[in-house]
Amino acid sequence: MIKREYKGQESEVLLACKDLSFAYDGGTAVSGLNFEVHKGDYLCVVGENGSGKSTLIKGLLNLKSPASGSIIRGGGLGLNEIGYLPQQTAAQKDFPASVYEVVLSGRLGSRGILPFYSLKDRAIAQENMDLLDITRLRHRCYRELSGGQQQRVLLARAMCATKKLLLLDEPVSGLDPLVTAELYRLIERINREAGVTVIMVSHDINSAVKYASHILHLKHVQLFFGAKEDYINSSAGIQFLGGEQYA
Amino acid sequence: MLEALGEIFLTPEYAFMRRAILVGVLVSLCAALLGVSLVLKRYSMIGDGLSHVGFGTLAIATAMNAAPLTISIPVVVLAAFMLLRISENSKIKGDAAIAIISTSSLAVGVAVISLTTGMNTDVCNYMFGSILAMNKSDVSLSIALAVVVLGMFILFYNKIFAVTFDENFARATGVPSGIYNMLLAFLTAITIVLGMRMMGAMLISSLIIFPALSSMRLCKTFRSVTICSAIVSVVCFFIGVLLSYVHVIPTGASVVLINIAAFLLFWAASLLPLRSIGDKIQIWRKSV
Repeated sequence: MIKREYKGQESEVLLACKDLSFAYDGGTAVSGLNFEVHKGDYLCVVGENGSGKSTLIKGLLNLKSPASGSIIRGGGLGLNEIGYLPQQTAAQKDFPASVYEVVLSGRLGSRGILPFYSLKDRAIAQENMDLLDITRLRHRCYRELSGGQQQRVLLARAMCATKKLLLLDEPVSGLDPLVTAELYRLIERINREAGVTVIMVSHDINSAVKYASHILHLKHVQLFFGAKEDYINSSAGIQFLGGEQYA
Repeated sequence: MLEALGEIFLTPEYAFMRRAILVGVLVSLCAALLGVSLVLKRYSMIGDGLSHVGFGTLAIATAMNAAPLTISIPVVVLAAFMLLRISENSKIKGDAAIAIISTSSLAVGVAVISLTTGMNTDVCNYMFGSILAMNKSDVSLSIALAVVVLGMFILFYNKIFAVTFDENFARATGVPSGIYNMLLAFLTAITIVLGMRMMGAMLISSLIIFPALSSMRLCKTFRSVTICSAIVSVVCFFIGVLLSYVHVIPTGASVVLINIAAFLLFWAASLLPLRSIGDKIQIWRKSV
């Protein structure tokens, strides 16, 4: 069990959502969102398929505007300072690109209109490749890597875009249990050692409870938000956790 | 072949050939560079649709006795933005919409031609290409535009890579991917109009698709694919033009044939075990 020294200690609010809701084609995707993400948090967003998790991610990334309510950014979190690990698309599976090219492209958001990467950008890319232990894959072709290696590459790219907040969309889907555990440990290390705040969307409720500091449970509305310890004893938590274990 | 080369490059009366070849080389270069992104983004059909629109505008321009480029460029650029919107909008069936636009433009073009000049060798040239299709002012405009396309591509290379590889990530980190998609469509439209008369409206899209596909057989990084397809494209164009000159085949057809040959060659090479040896050499070379 990981104990976080969060409670009782005032830390900076990175994201605050107030009465937030999102709609698509007239229908409501998810509504009544009220939660805060503090610096250093590890928030897991859980819920069944179609419960509004992906919509919320798009909203946090500013790719979809809210139907009502607001997202307030604090702690000096800029618009483009969220490191995003998207789900992989089919087109990427046969994409000719080297690991280095992919990782370096994470720096693009900070380049603005400038056309080429600076030495500093290259140094940051190298730093993150070292952090994720993929430096030896540097010249390998992305499409020839294993699923776990590909996720490390995309994680390194996301780290190139931010020092503050990582947003991970189902990072372990399609990975085998061993690689999954390894990736979870890696994310935990990034969260604790590098001090990067993590928001992760996940199906895997047991791992969510194991690694996260906070849980946000969605089912078109917000069923629960709070510290992990409280979630385990809440009605939503007992039901969801129990359902997972005995299903 | 060598004799033909001498004839083209040493005879003073053949200046028009040399200019045309220069335009062709520049257009093949542009097409190959843009092609890598278009093929990877699954936008190949846009190139095909645009070339058909180009054929329609060419026919109308001829009927109006206007300079073909001045009419074709704005219309084809407009069509490019439209096709981009269609293929991004999942509600409309993108491929069906592109097919409708292609065939409509073709029908309009053919109808306009038969009503005015009649079906003659010009039509054959429009469709399948001729090296003689360009006059002097066309050539200078083409060179200028091709240089602009090349410059823009180099300047936005990193952004084009990011938007091609992962549009969601690019947008999330604040890269306005919509604008770069439009830039890509815009540059493609200009390249197609420039190359259309030499390569033929029916065949110009192969100039975009083939070099990228060929080099993807062998190359494994975005940069090497881009560079390789530029080289493949220019070499294939050059050989194709000579072939077209020697055997009096429409330029477009002979360039496409050479591109097919190159594709088969690359494909065969990718099946050889040589490839993994090449990899090892590359890895070793870079680690030293």
